[in-house]
Amino acid sequence: MRVVVCVKQVPGTTEVDIDEETGVLKRDGVESKMNPYDLYALETALQIKERRGAELTAVSMGPPQAKAVIREAYMMGFDHGALFSDRKFAGSDVLATSYTISQGIRKLGLPDIVLCGKMTTDGDTAQVGPALAEFLGIPHIANVLSIIEINDKSIVVEMDMPGSVELAEVAFPCLLTVNKGIFQPRLPSYKLKMATKEREIPIYSLGDYEDQDESNYGLNGSPTQVLKIFPPEANANHQIWEDGGDVLIDKLHDKLRELKFI
Amino acid sequence: MASIKVKQIKVDDPQSVSSVCPFNAIDYDGAFKINAGCKMCRLCVKERPDIFEYVECQAPKIDKDSWRGIAVYVEHQEGEIHPVTLELIGKARSMAAKINHPVYAVFVGYDIKEKALELLLYGVDEVFVYDHERLKHFRIEPYTEAMESFINENKPSIVLMGGTTIGRSLAPRTAARFRTGLTADCTILDVQENTDLDQIRPAFGGNIMAHIHTPNHRPQFATVRYKIFDKPEKIAENSGKVTLCKLDCLSFDSKINVLSVRKKEKTKGIEDAEVVVVAGRGIKKESDLEMVYKLAELLEADVACTRPLIEAGWADPRKQIGLSGRTVKPKLLITCGVSGAIQFVAGMQNAETIIAINSDKSAPILKVAHFGLIGDLYEIIPGLCQKIEAVRKYGEPANVL
Ligand SMILES: Cc1cc2nc3c(=O)[nH]c(=O)nc-3n(C[C@H](O)[C@H](O)[C@H](O)COP(=O)(O)OP(=O)(O)OC[C@H]3O[C@@H](n4cnc5c(N)ncnc54)[C@H](O)[C@@H]3O)c2cc1C
Ligand SMILES: Nc1ncnc2c1ncn2[C@@H]1O[C@H](COP(=O)(O)O)[C@@H](O)[C@H]1O
Repeated sequence: MRVVVCVKQVPGTTEVDIDEETGVLKRDGVESKMNPYDLYALETALQIKERRGAELTAVSMGPPQAKAVIREAYMMGFDHGALFSDRKFAGSDVLATSYTISQGIRKLGLPDIVLCGKMTTDGDTAQVGPALAEFLGIPHIANVLSIIEINDKSIVVEMDMPGSVELAEVAFPCLLTVNKGIFQPRLPSYKLKMATKEREIPIYSLGDYEDQDESNYGLNGSPTQVLKIFPPEANANHQIWEDGGDVLIDKLHDKLRELKFI
Repeated sequence: MASIKVKQIKVDDPQSVSSVCPFNAIDYDGAFKINAGCKMCRLCVKERPDIFEYVECQAPKIDKDSWRGIAVYVEHQEGEIHPVTLELIGKARSMAAKINHPVYAVFVGYDIKEKALELLLYGVDEVFVYDHERLKHFRIEPYTEAMESFINENKPSIVLMGGTTIGRSLAPRTAARFRTGLTADCTILDVQENTDLDQIRPAFGGNIMAHIHTPNHRPQFATVRYKIFDKPEKIAENSGKVTLCKLDCLSFDSKINVLSVRKKEKTKGIEDAEVVVVAGRGIKKESDLEMVYKLAELLEADVACTRPLIEAGWADPRKQIGLSGRTVKPKLLITCGVSGAIQFVAGMQNAETIIAINSDKSAPILKVAHFGLIGDLYEIIPGLCQKIEAVRKYGEPANVL
């Protein structure tokens, strides 16, 4: 059995941590890191491996630095990795990103299971997984809460739906996007770090792909375009109260009364 | 794809021409050439219009007029229509009026024909119903197939879906099948005369909004979360119709087998609260949340949090407001120690009255709030609670003093 997990490197500062005592924001200074939601996908694959034996590959699309997240997967126990990287992939939207990843996975050979995180902390679209499944021509189940059973030909999972939790069986090959909390992700191990230090991370670029039509990749292959970026609008009719102390409390109290909330 | 066209004119100093490009993308070997370093910034076009010209898309332009209608995917559970559907219909109607397009609803499921009539009350021109036993459960392949068939038959210009777990699964899959664009979690939508959809959403993890469009592909897909738009009024007279779609072109093939469905308990979420008190990182430690709960109790409010507090494990993730949490639209929302990052604001800016308590005069939340209180929440919240309790006990403050 083969499992491929898609992981992405994201800016390290979008996530914040609080020091319980001082209430101060802890920033660890790292510039980029593994998308935290992808750790759950990695752990899910590791659990599958432990339960039934499987060969695990972590893949990512991004600049050469994104090798770091593949390396991290090695330190957690992954067997193989691959980075899909080419300047021609730059500027990809959801469609181009999923297509690029799908071509890379095809290159490696379609596995039994592809796992994605629920979403990324920088893009936050939760869309790459389902679009990738479409390009791979395999079924997908999004928002997987837990894995109930794995057979030779299929996997039974619980999926989160708007008003219900559904138990569903899906045949291989398939793609699953897993929710946060499906398993507690393990920490990278020092032993594995040492053991995999020399392990190669192959890079695949457009020249390695079956479809080398540049118009399907990067900016060219992205139907959506950013017209402009702008700061959000301010609320036009707003008041600022700076009276301080008791006056402020009285004013707030009176306002709440006036609005009939107390 | 757009490109830079070069007119080879004689220049005395080719070096000075090359240097207008900050990316060193202009080579000169007797003739000017643009190399792979080009980022399409168009500075060269600005500086030397005599040499460089920007040429738009060479890709075949699609015929936008052959795509008509704004379609809304009907999100439902066993026929019970999710309110986000109605909100999207309201938005679709106002946009359709601008470009004189019809509003469609696409209803996929089992035993749903009767329910389709309900949608006409909100001004849908035509409801397309795909009703079959094998569509009873949401399974991605047959549902995508139904959407595909609807799009092929009706060629809508725009397809809107709710940003729910279903919409976020179906929209990207269908959009990918048509090799077209999709913008997730839009907070503002509008339409141009040429039917291009203006899609606006917070982006790049910063305090910035991105205006996105899909200039050369149809249909244009967008998802929008629940409670971003207003629920429309019912219309007095509807002239819409329900069309039962032919199903013989669908295979219903699926590799997914739904074994059982467990209904979630209907818990009242923060989305349904009329009054919400939000705790942000201005709260220094978990135990200090106590005073926020106290205030909420006095106001009969629900308590919600910003993402850092959820990540610290101080509250249930269902209590998170914002882009990656829930969207709320209560009558009153009070933020306590919340800076007002754009991802947070995206989830609450439509509240009727917003009161913000923040010690920092320059916090962005103060631009969003109707009433911004500059002060220490550790003073204001307990003070306010005391005052509310005192007034309840002893009547008007004049009597107390
Ligand atoms: C893709 C993406 C998605 C995101 N999604 C969400 C989301 O859904 N929801 C969300 O909340 N965030 C989200 N974020 C994070 C968001 O960018 C902010 O980091 C977060 O909202 C900040 O939370 P905060 O306002 O509580 O904390 P801070 O930004 O640290 O603000 C704390 C505020 O408290 C004030 N303060 C401090 N002490 C006091 C005091 N004693 N009295 C009064 N005021 C005081 C400070 O002046 C400050 O303004 C997302 C980020 C990204 C990149
Ligand atoms: N550049 C990428 N490389 C590899 N996997 C990705 C990439 N972008 C997104 N993914 C996967 O798709 C999931 C959803 O991402 P998103 O649609 O950006 O929210 C992530 O959790 C990853 O598993």
